[in-house]
Amino acid sequence: MKNKNLKKISLEIGSGGRLMKEFISNEIVSLFNNEILNELHDSALLPENIAFTTDSYVVDPIFFPGGDIGKLCINGTVNDLIVSGAKPLYISLALILEEGFSTRDLRKILNSIKEAADRADVKIVSGDTKVVKKGQGDKIYINTSGIGILISRPRLNDIKPGDKVIVTGTLGEHALSIMLARGDFGLDARIKSDCAPLNFLLPIWKKGVLWMRDITRGGLASVLNELVENLPYSCIIHEEKLPLSSPVKGASEILGIDPLYLACEGRAVMIVEGKKALSILSEIKGNKLGRNASIIGEISEKFGKSGELLLNTLSGGWRLLEPLTSELLPRIC
Amino acid sequence: MCLGIPAKVIEIKEDNTGKVDYLGTKIKVNFSLIDDIKVGDYVILHAGFAISKLDEKEVEETLSLLKDFIENK
Amino acid sequence: MIVESFRNKEFIEAILKKIQEKIKKIGFSPKIMEVCGTHTMTIHKFGLRKLLKDSGIEMLSGPGCPVCVTPNEIVEASIDLLSNHRNLILATFGDMTRVPTKKGSLLTSIPAEGSFKKIVYSPEECLNIAKENRDKEVVFLGAGFETTIPSIAFTIIRAFKEKIYNFSLLSALWLIPPPLQAIVKSEEININGFLYPGHVSTIIGKKPYEFIANEYKIPGTITGFEPVDILLGINDILDQILESNPLVTIQYKRAVRPEGNPKAMNMIYEVFEKKDANWRGLGLIPQSGLKLKEELSQFDAERKFNLKIKSQSKDLRGCRCGDVLKGKISPPECPSFGKTCSPESPRGPCMVSFEGACLAYYKYGY
Repeated sequence: MKNKNLKKISLEIGSGGRLMKEFISNEIVSLFNNEILNELHDSALLPENIAFTTDSYVVDPIFFPGGDIGKLCINGTVNDLIVSGAKPLYISLALILEEGFSTRDLRKILNSIKEAADRADVKIVSGDTKVVKKGQGDKIYINTSGIGILISRPRLNDIKPGDKVIVTGTLGEHALSIMLARGDFGLDARIKSDCAPLNFLLPIWKKGVLWMRDITRGGLASVLNELVENLPYSCIIHEEKLPLSSPVKGASEILGIDPLYLACEGRAVMIVEGKKALSILSEIKGNKLGRNASIIGEISEKFGKSGELLLNTLSGGWRLLEPLTSELLPRIC
Repeated sequence: MCLGIPAKVIEIKEDNTGKVDYLGTKIKVNFSLIDDIKVGDYVILHAGFAISKLDEKEVEETLSLLKDFIENK
Repeated sequence: MIVESFRNKEFIEAILKKIQEKIKKIGFSPKIMEVCGTHTMTIHKFGLRKLLKDSGIEMLSGPGCPVCVTPNEIVEASIDLLSNHRNLILATFGDMTRVPTKKGSLLTSIPAEGSFKKIVYSPEECLNIAKENRDKEVVFLGAGFETTIPSIAFTIIRAFKEKIYNFSLLSALWLIPPPLQAIVKSEEININGFLYPGHVSTIIGKKPYEFIANEYKIPGTITGFEPVDILLGINDILDQILESNPLVTIQYKRAVRPEGNPKAMNMIYEVFEKKDANWRGLGLIPQSGLKLKEELSQFDAERKFNLKIKSQSKDLRGCRCGDVLKGKISPPECPSFGKTCSPESPRGPCMVSFEGACLAYYKYGY
């Protein structure tokens, strides 16, 4: 049902939380309405085992510790395919450039794109370039769409109590690296974006993975809430098992933000069959990008109500992990 | 806002500003509200200012008290 | 290092056990008020509220949230200033920007030409902004208790010394002891113990609370902000109850001296003087707020911009933040809680402020 009070688009609508979801549901899905779109997976799962996804990149600043908009625009789209069970193959690349944007910077970004595409084993096969007047776009915006071949499909209906939650690495680094790079806070921390391709996770899909998502806008808590709200069970996360680096712990406490709501760009969370959790963990940890992977929780029917995401705190208490209303920061990816 | 972080002093300049370190993150700070600070001390940081010096002896005493609780004294 | 031990599960379980033993001896479930919003947040963030309730302790949230107690007329004045005054920079701490008033919030307000909002982390940042923007007026909407007031006082002193005249303060400065007196005097709620705010007390010391123990015979302790601190504080209060010896003790000894921070206190009263102030929920409390001294009135935004701030502004309909701040009702007992009032569409500041009791309950449940 359309929101009659929505006269103008606010920043919060683009920020990945509840408000954005409502906007998409009311304005986009209800209008275009088809059985593929309505699933709202990270990638559209098409007939003939094709997965198709698209993403636009407006990150500010365009160069940040650990990467740039070029690295991001490939890995973000590649990862959307991988977490949907597809091997990524082809990418389209659309550039919207602001008049006056530095050619040197553009070449740097294009080289990052090439490096990232080679690393993720995908080909750039189609593209477009537009230039807008100075002041009508902010340096560079990029859209990438991706096509992949499905090798497995998520099995939401098979998720049951005792199945485990695994994250593939430390949390919150991308969002914090962006925040600090904006230079607003007088903080200096060794935090680099975790932007990376998740191709190394493809082989485990057939070894007991039931569901997977990349942990982007809204962070781990938002992503897990989206899963849990549709389950007849609750999901418990154990705070002591969360992989968090010291700089992330320190910086997020100083800034008063919760790392569970911070975006990553190279980390996945998955639900795996309980009995296979240890072997899957071991395989993930065999790859450098997965070295800090951890089993952080489980699906439960004993604690909490169905649809709830709960945190078992360091101190032995419990708290609810509510979905984020809107992203803490604009233009994080 | 009562949010205060216990951070370690790593730099003190002549104008009473400097830097502290909290779990590896370095923050600019103003020391004008307290006296007798040296590098290596711990302070409570609030809104960009150090508002109190941490007494490390008392930290040890509290930890020792906690251990008493475990041993059910 | 320090921090992790103070969140340690083993310690917490051990103290809880002792607390449970003492409750049995006491024979009733004591009501303890945590004054400070940051205490409320810690209790919820670490899931202590339910652990304490199961052990027989009922925690009440108090008025220690400066954003929550600032009545709407001050926020509305800042919105007016920003929307109507050209070339003005309105600087403030983050959560102030989302307080809902009948004029909207600072976040959604549209600045006049050449004006903009800026979220700052330290009041001193405003002076740098003022120096870099000599053609603009910088107004700092400063809300805070005694923890923050010295840093604001320092900022005014620096502005005076360095002749930064395009800077002024719109003050929402509150003193902690007066509302505590109003609460114990009113007898609306029966409080058995107080967790006094640890960081405010690094500045004011323990003397300002002593009347609560001496005249009203209510025990209390100045408490730190880690889970272990809160439990040790509660344990201390239970000891005081068992010994029928109400005092003001210091649990947070590592940071709080009995005499407080005299240097910071002197700085406050070099710059400010006390005034009667109108608190959300608690009404007019004598000598409970601060205003700039006459000789520093050039830095007072109210005088500079002739803001006629009247104490008439009402809370939005359905908002019962006032009762929550007194500990009279808990957030879930407010009829608007979770229905017409939520973080996305708040009716009052308790749902907005990082230290608001309603936000803590809403976000963390349990």
